[in-house]
Amino acid sequence: MLNEWVVIGFSLGYAALLFAIAWWGEKRSRAGFSLVNNPYIYALSLAVYCTAWTYYGSVGRASVSGLQFLTIYIGPTLLAPLWWIILRKIIRICKARNITSLADFIAARYGNNNLTGILVAIFCVLGITPYIALQLKAIATSYTILVHKNLNSSPAYNYETVFYQDSAFYMVLAIIVFTILFGVRRLDVTERHEGMVIAIAFESLIKLLVFLLIGLFVCFGLFDSAGDLFAQAARNPEISRLFTFSHETDTDNWFWISLLSMAAFLFFPRQFQLAVVENTDERHIKKAMWLFPLYLMAINLFVLPIAFGGKLLLPSSIDADTYVLTLPLAFEQHEIALLAYIGGFSAATSMIVMSAVALSIMLSNNVTMPLILSLPFMKQRYAHKISSITLFTRRFNVGLILLLAYLYFKGVAAHFSLVSIGVISFAAIAQFAPAAIGGLFWKGANGKGALAGLLTGFALWFYTLVLPTIVTAGILPESIMLKGPFGLDFLHPYQLFGLSHLSPVSHGIFWSLSLNLVACIGTSLYTTPSSREENQAEFFVDIFKYENFYENSIAWKGTAYLSDLRQLLNKLLGETKTEVALTHFGLKYQTELNEGQADARLINYVEKLLSGAIGATSARIMIASVIKKEEEIKREEVFKMLRETKDIITSNRELQQKTEELARSTEQLRETNEKLNLLDHRKNEFITTVTHELRTPLTSIRAFSEILYDNPDLEEKDRLQFLQTIIKETNRMNRLINQVLDLEKYESGKQKLSLVPVNINLLLQESLDALDRLIAEKNIQVIKELQYNLPPAFADPDRLVQVFVNLLSNAIKFCPEEGGRISVYTQQQHKGIKITIEDNGKGIEEGSEELIFDKFFQVKDQNSKKPVGSGLGLAISKQIVEYHNGSIRTENIAGPGARFVILLPIIKE
Amino acid sequence: MKNSHQNKKTKVLLVDDEPNILLSLDFLMRKKGYGVFIARNGKEALQLIRAEQPDIIILDIMMPEVDGYEVCEFVKQSPELKHIKIIILSAKSKEEEIEKGYQAGADLYFTKPFSTRELIAHVSELAER
Repeated sequence: MLNEWVVIGFSLGYAALLFAIAWWGEKRSRAGFSLVNNPYIYALSLAVYCTAWTYYGSVGRASVSGLQFLTIYIGPTLLAPLWWIILRKIIRICKARNITSLADFIAARYGNNNLTGILVAIFCVLGITPYIALQLKAIATSYTILVHKNLNSSPAYNYETVFYQDSAFYMVLAIIVFTILFGVRRLDVTERHEGMVIAIAFESLIKLLVFLLIGLFVCFGLFDSAGDLFAQAARNPEISRLFTFSHETDTDNWFWISLLSMAAFLFFPRQFQLAVVENTDERHIKKAMWLFPLYLMAINLFVLPIAFGGKLLLPSSIDADTYVLTLPLAFEQHEIALLAYIGGFSAATSMIVMSAVALSIMLSNNVTMPLILSLPFMKQRYAHKISSITLFTRRFNVGLILLLAYLYFKGVAAHFSLVSIGVISFAAIAQFAPAAIGGLFWKGANGKGALAGLLTGFALWFYTLVLPTIVTAGILPESIMLKGPFGLDFLHPYQLFGLSHLSPVSHGIFWSLSLNLVACIGTSLYTTPSSREENQAEFFVDIFKYENFYENSIAWKGTAYLSDLRQLLNKLLGETKTEVALTHFGLKYQTELNEGQADARLINYVEKLLSGAIGATSARIMIASVIKKEEEIKREEVFKMLRETKDIITSNRELQQKTEELARSTEQLRETNEKLNLLDHRKNEFITTVTHELRTPLTSIRAFSEILYDNPDLEEKDRLQFLQTIIKETNRMNRLINQVLDLEKYESGKQKLSLVPVNINLLLQESLDALDRLIAEKNIQVIKELQYNLPPAFADPDRLVQVFVNLLSNAIKFCPEEGGRISVYTQQQHKGIKITIEDNGKGIEEGSEELIFDKFFQVKDQNSKKPVGSGLGLAISKQIVEYHNGSIRTENIAGPGARFVILLPIIKE
Repeated sequence: MKNSHQNKKTKVLLVDDEPNILLSLDFLMRKKGYGVFIARNGKEALQLIRAEQPDIIILDIMMPEVDGYEVCEFVKQSPELKHIKIIILSAKSKEEEIEKGYQAGADLYFTKPFSTRELIAHVSELAER
């Protein structure tokens, strides 16, 4: 026996835990550590989809109609892969426009049409209130069963109890308090409630774990195994009939209910709130796309075992909707029963809280506030404290909706099973699909079409699905269901226009959804939208193009004063947030906010901010109140704006490309210029060096000539030496001039080579012979390692000798006075001949290995000369070698000295 | 200062890295009866300046390691050497290069190729002071 106070204590304890979690989440969020910014929490919060209907109702449904309970999970599962396309787009639009409810979303898409918004809000309340009542019924029934352990006379809940004696009533009050505390406490432009979301996610986890636990208990506690359970079930003729497909099985329900749940899934106010408004990062969708279907699969895993267990073990008088609870109770497992109760409590409360929040925002944004703001005497009285009024109406709405649901539960719900109320609710929500989805992907959908579709859909929904329940409740004459209204057979609510072969549910879904769609498309095609609607259609359908340009669109024409706009914001956001928001705007558009007239962008921006707080419709009314002489926006202007926006985007892209191109060519120019500068510098240096090199011998020649002229009585010895010097210096000058000309010929490509097969070894020997005297003078040791049988190279022998002589004379020059050594090697390498000439002189300065081949290469110090030589020799040698398609480089050697390596290709004739 | 008015033999230091130019200058100075010292680079020149205290230096600019400007500045900035007359003899003939030579403290600047007669005339004049 479970004491009533134990159950109450447990319920309160669990509720306190939820409060704590929500409070903690809220605190963390305000401290900047979002717990909700996480794909797992996001996916879990979406599982608010699984209500008490899932928790208790699935088992009930499975016991009556077999696998059909799966249909409402198949729809969302099939849709999940498309979330990236549909859901992401909705999220993008809502974030860009600060849209915080489904009603706002549909109203905004169709030109902020207040009538559409009101309709959506009212239909939502009509569709969802019974569903909330259903949750209350589940909680109340489960509570009663648990406390009274009254298994046999279900429904055990006494609907006649006066409300102040009814524990369910106090539960409703507690839920109202929780919802107000965490759902509508503050006014926020983003309308996000992290504390609440984290509590919802927690509840989703609890209901799943508990349901799995009960499943395991049934399979392994009451039966030997799942196999045993299924085997026993198969032997039961009543059960096996449910799972045998025959022509009696109503397959049409499979299709229509799956389609229904697919259409409705995203548009339940609670689903929209959690999937769109509370979304912190659209990348979370990617993970939720598979996590959420996985959750659905897990929570449905034990539905059949529990249903079979109940049917096999419990008396048939017990309602199958309560098996989750009654199975553990019947077997005296009170702890499990208590947990099962908590699981159901979780499933029900999460749905109630989220729905109440979403509906209250919707009602206040689309119905109450616009009403207050558009009635002159109301506006005069309340406009200055709009923020507190908004909050008050929302809280009031929460109470109103939940109490309405309580009344519905007390008055009507007794007559229906969980299932029928649920399907009717689904069918109501699915009516939003044509307007919402159509508006996302079809620019042609317009406000009149949406309105026509919604009205048609709801009329048929009411007629084919709601009306029969009213008849059943005994309010309307039964003759309607027997002969049709006024005896008109073709208007029979279950066989409209003679369509008789569908089940009542499928029949209702078929007519309401299909005529909704037809009316929406047909009216859209045959009417012209307003310019505002066209503007919105363009924006919604091409959101990925426009999201950053929203403020640029023409939504307003007219002028407003910044001070008025600021005042509006102050009323709703407070002064600090207002200043932050305005500063943000200034930064985004790089403009100074001058007091005085505000431009259209700022008006749009303020409208967007207000939308977040009080809804699009009210925001529009408030903005309109500060706009001076608003003018009608013409169609052409809208198109012009859109074209301009597109042009801006395109030309921005083009501009960026041009800028990049420009940057590239600037870089090229800079490089070329640098090269030219370097060349120019080199040329100047070359001229300076050549003239200097020419002046040096010239100086000697002039000096000696003058000496010889002025001193006729010179000693013979001196005279001869001086004359000799003059001749030598003249030769030096001539040589230099020849080298400069040579180099010019090579560099300009005018040099011609006379190529013949040559023996490199012989040419080297010839060069050494020419320098024989110099080598001997310095007493230099020459080491030759010339490869025998070297193949002939195809080359100009005179030019090669010039190169070798140059390299060898350098080597001789740099050899130390004592112990000088020069080594010469030749070697065949697979496609060429390698010639190496090295000395043991002071070597090449580090870092100059490449530079020494430049003409007139000089060491860094400009004021000092190279030790000896013109400095053109290596430059010419390099040109000659390269003319032969060979290469010349220096190599590091161990110890002092320089090594030059020449590679010459062997060219076959 | 001490030596300038005494009848001692005038000491001339020749600094250049081109042997043939040294050869010609050596001949010219000896013929005038001056004492001649020869340095083949800036380093040698600095050593000889300290050791021999020449009266006149004929100085090339482009030399390895220590160049003519540096030698000139060194001499003109040390109190006990600054009386030494310096004639720069260089192939550098651009105006700014000549200006640089005078700024380094040179008394005269001759560009190569030079007139032997003019050079001798100026050297004698400096030696007279």
